[in-house]
Amino acid sequence: MSQRRVVVTGLGATTPLGGDVASTWAALIAGKSGVRLLTEDWRELLPVHFAARVAIEPADQMERVEMRRLDRSEQFALVASREAWKDAGAPDVDKERLGVVIASGIGGVITLLDQFDNLKEKGARGVSPHTVPMLMPNGPAANVGLELQARAGVHTPVSACASGAEAIGYALEMIRTNRADIIVSGGVEAAIHQLPMAGFAAMKALSTRNDAPERASRPYDADRDGFVLGEGGGVLVLEEYEHAKARGAKIYCELVGQGLSSDGYHIAAPDPDGSGVRRAIKFALANANLSTKDIVHLNAHATSTPAGDVAEANALRLALGKDADHVAVSATKSMTGHLLGGAGAIESVFIVKALQERLAPPTINIENLDPAVTIDVVRDTARSLPSGQIAALNDSFGFGGHNVVLAFATL
Amino acid sequence: MALSAADVLAGIKEIVEEVAGIPAASIELDKNFTDDLEVDSLSMVEVVVACEERFGVKIPDEKVTDLATVGDAVNFIVNAAA
Repeated sequence: MSQRRVVVTGLGATTPLGGDVASTWAALIAGKSGVRLLTEDWRELLPVHFAARVAIEPADQMERVEMRRLDRSEQFALVASREAWKDAGAPDVDKERLGVVIASGIGGVITLLDQFDNLKEKGARGVSPHTVPMLMPNGPAANVGLELQARAGVHTPVSACASGAEAIGYALEMIRTNRADIIVSGGVEAAIHQLPMAGFAAMKALSTRNDAPERASRPYDADRDGFVLGEGGGVLVLEEYEHAKARGAKIYCELVGQGLSSDGYHIAAPDPDGSGVRRAIKFALANANLSTKDIVHLNAHATSTPAGDVAEANALRLALGKDADHVAVSATKSMTGHLLGGAGAIESVFIVKALQERLAPPTINIENLDPAVTIDVVRDTARSLPSGQIAALNDSFGFGGHNVVLAFATL
Repeated sequence: MALSAADVLAGIKEIVEEVAGIPAASIELDKNFTDDLEVDSLSMVEVVVACEERFGVKIPDEKVTDLATVGDAVNFIVNAAA
């Protein structure tokens, strides 16, 4: 029996650029930044005064009563999943063949910290009975699974900033191995709070360009000084190809493969050798039955950190060889900031849109390209992609040395 | 301080609407929290804690299971505050 094929039939997102996929994509192609100064007083406690908050607050997208028992990450998951499910046609499917795989890098950290404040102020009686369901990292997936009554399995892979991509890869395997026919998959993050920000700042991972927040996220620029924390999430409805055809679904493209590896090098720093990334790309291409010649576009992890961007660019050049010359590389975190566990998911949404529209998003804020970067970066304005059958890669890496590469192709 | 049953009912209506999103107009003395108002076990904990704060009474955990209807809660709170 030939392998079950997996296609994308629905998209949803809530990001610093827009409250849905259409508005996010329009802002992305226009090269807009979603990074803003924070308005909270606590920003003064930190060396970083800005972040990329979602463009549309969940309060404007869901009922207040529903919101109060959901962590912000769970709110993002429901907003993006509802859009994706509707986009897929809200199909009436066998619930035992419907799954949910939605990741988060950190989980309900804002709930955890808020409830600790309640505990200190009011005692144990002041702690909400919703605390645990709100802070558990599987909460976003669980809430979406409940809403859709998914019964094939609800899962939450956690691998820091690779989590969103790993979730989509996990869903791919669930469908391939016949555990499900349709899966709502993606990643979310809601960690714009003084504690996680102070932690990232203590690692010197965050940009401190306080005088120009919109210019702070600048992957591949010679003067990049760290990433910008973002929030939000992205969701894809993945579906077995024959199942999608049988119900007359709109099909965006095919998720053709994934490649996974780990560095075994350092808890947070990228392996400068990039061999883990190279292996993940090689595995993804083999898993997708593609060659480097087929790849025309790549959405890079490129977070705007001094070490990470160059390590990744070198790994891409080595993995793709001469074929890297025809791969249009976009670093969309220049506009969205870094959504941590949501990053691989919204960037997969961007790849799907890029294949549909035949358009690679721009990378903004590159004033002087780092001379160590020898890949073809799409700078300043969006670039057309070739006609015919094309394929694209999305790579994501996480603290801990996790490497995940997803491969998408037009049908 | 004595509380009137009408004041307690009005307060409970506000709390249940806030916690569970049930319109205050549909909350009456004979309504069962679970069966009629669909207040789940976690939200019931919130209702109890909010009532304690608002009316200055203690509602022991072992009493909560006895408070099946809005009327049960009103009676308990009025007696506890008397």
